Amino acid sequence: MLAMPRKDLILFLGFAAAVLAMPIWLQPFGAAYPDLLNRFAIFAIFAVGFNILFGLTGYLSFGHAAFFGVGSYAAVWSFKLLSMDAVPALLFAVIISGLFALAIGFLSLRRSGIYFSILTLAFAQMSYNLAYSVFTPITNGETGLQLSLNDKRYLDRMFFEAGPGLPSPTLFGVTLNGYVAFYFCAFFLIATFFIAQRVTGSPLGMMLKGIKSNQTRMNYTGVNTRPYTLAAFVISGMYAGLAGALLAITDPLAGAERMQWTASGEVVLMTILGGAGTLVGPVIGAWLIKYFENIFSAINDNILTQFWGFLPEGAQHAAVLISSKFVGEGWFLTLGLVFVLIVVFLPGGVMEGVRRIAALFRPKNPDSADAGTASTKPQPAE
Amino acid sequence: MFEAIFLQFLNGLDKGSAYALIALGLTLVFGTLGVVNFAHGALFMLGAFCAVLFRQLLTLETVTIDPTQLSPWGAPLEVRAPLVQAWFGDFGAVLVNYSVPFSIILTIPVMLVVGIAFERGIIKHFYKRPHAEQILVTFGLAIVAQEIIKSIFGANPIPQPMPEAARGAADIGIWLGMQANVITYPIWRLIYFLFAGVIIGGVFAFLQFTTFGMVVRAGMADRETVGLLGINIDRRFTIMFGLASVVAGLAGVMYTPLLPPNYHMGMDFLVLSFVVVVVGGMGSLPGAVAAGFLLGILQSFASMTQVKAIVPGIDQVIIYLVAVIILLVRPRGLMGRRGVMEA
Repeated sequence: MLAMPRKDLILFLGFAAAVLAMPIWLQPFGAAYPDLLNRFAIFAIFAVGFNILFGLTGYLSFGHAAFFGVGSYAAVWSFKLLSMDAVPALLFAVIISGLFALAIGFLSLRRSGIYFSILTLAFAQMSYNLAYSVFTPITNGETGLQLSLNDKRYLDRMFFEAGPGLPSPTLFGVTLNGYVAFYFCAFFLIATFFIAQRVTGSPLGMMLKGIKSNQTRMNYTGVNTRPYTLAAFVISGMYAGLAGALLAITDPLAGAERMQWTASGEVVLMTILGGAGTLVGPVIGAWLIKYFENIFSAINDNILTQFWGFLPEGAQHAAVLISSKFVGEGWFLTLGLVFVLIVVFLPGGVMEGVRRIAALFRPKNPDSADAGTASTKPQPAE
Repeated sequence: MFEAIFLQFLNGLDKGSAYALIALGLTLVFGTLGVVNFAHGALFMLGAFCAVLFRQLLTLETVTIDPTQLSPWGAPLEVRAPLVQAWFGDFGAVLVNYSVPFSIILTIPVMLVVGIAFERGIIKHFYKRPHAEQILVTFGLAIVAQEIIKSIFGANPIPQPMPEAARGAADIGIWLGMQANVITYPIWRLIYFLFAGVIIGGVFAFLQFTTFGMVVRAGMADRETVGLLGINIDRRFTIMFGLASVVAGLAGVMYTPLLPPNYHMGMDFLVLSFVVVVVGGMGSLPGAVAAGFLLGILQSFASMTQVKAIVPGIDQVIIYLVAVIILLVRPRGLMGRRGVMEA
């Protein structure tokens, strides 16, 4: 870890501090309660993982929710069969979703571009449809997989007797709820961020970026690119499985709708919104979407009337009427519009916006401003 | 046994017609503009809601309170009089009865305008961008379109009655010289199939036998050369996008009696129609049509109880399974040209 470049280390430490302090700095935004914070962490992991595939290699998967769902199912099954402890659940979920990703990736990665997107979409829809129909004994169909009183939990039974009522997930005996659960998720977010950072900087990451910029040229230089893309696919599938398992740990049930392609679309939105190909971007995208989903859905006409209170009566009424279409039930409309605008005007997402704004404030002539470090930069003419 | 198979074949035709129509539009857009349009399902849905809107306009009523009469629970009786009937008399009643087919008159201009606005407003900026970004922007547009519809018409499906004459079933068995009541088939599905045939035939005839269609086909083959000949190919392609959205819209209008339209029906069909396009071959119009019918029929055979007894759950996945196999074994699809998107 100490061998990291200084810039990466600062980024990592800053990120870790920001995540750990989330309950504090989100207080003014009204978002500092464990339930929402958990989702922030979980979907950030999902998006970071998705970015390893999409951001680095450019392969747009429209079926990542399948791995998320498989992770959830695996975790709940581990609760039902083995133990209420989170560690076996996570291990089980990551292994199962990794194997699942290996199988799907092995087939899907034979094609690229839109064909790859459609292949992943087809596999995810297949899993979704099967989870609803034939696999009902495993997935419990529409009801969703839940804990029940006559679960076996063989591992737990070896050590202690079952208590009354439904148990909740634990970590070495500590019940995972409230802020404990958040810090549990936050630990994994920081860890996975660290791994993603290392992957990006590693030879593997370089190879993946090469594939994104020109796969044909990579092939001509004699590199077989498929093992690398497959590695990225499996890693991101495992991330998705981990996120799904964490969601099942914070709330032990799993449903097939987590695998639907709209759920896959959501993680795509998060990654693009924040900035695909950057490390922090997907995290920001996930937070923004989850935050506004929460805030916008809660706004109702009363709040809007207060908000537009400064307007004269008639205009106030019209403003409430129009804006109410964009909040509450209609918040997805806002998301769609923002997303279209982002793709059209700011393809790099929020991170590109930040970069552009920062460039405005920087001195015009970089050579004179930081002449001391200029020599370390790569010279375009070389 | 023959009857059962024939019936399943027929059952596949109406779904297959819808797939074929949507896939035809998708392929038109891809073949001309080279754009992967994820908003095409939304256009299908918009068409369906044109029918809903048309019917709602037709059934606007004036409510007058008649104080001389009382309703069964004692309140003054409300007399509802549909405006159309008040204005047109019996013709108004016919209009309401045949609202679905008549709404085509509304749908064609609306979809043409919507399609051209889509193309000029957003999609035009994405010709040069990678396919992934085209997917993303059209995906966003699809979300916007379906959320707008949701906020206007609500989230629940709105059933559309079919004309009274088209209710019930036709006894196809008799036509084929079999006994009565062996093969019966709902009339509206038959109409839908014939309608799809007319539309598909119309599009092909338009492309084949008109000068405009000839230029468009030339542009599909080699856009640059056509442009160099002094023809404004972009404008024609824009019109083709409008045409593709009209086809999608009409497919949606006529499908409303079979499936009450809701705001996410477009997305449900989109995923399947993409699969259809890929199976038929990207950019191949006959391929899209053939694959649409083929997959519709396959799906209907897979839902036979005898088949499901052998492979459980096959009806849920058959289309995706076929798509996966085609993509892995023959990526250019059934009728795709060699070298088109063959990556």
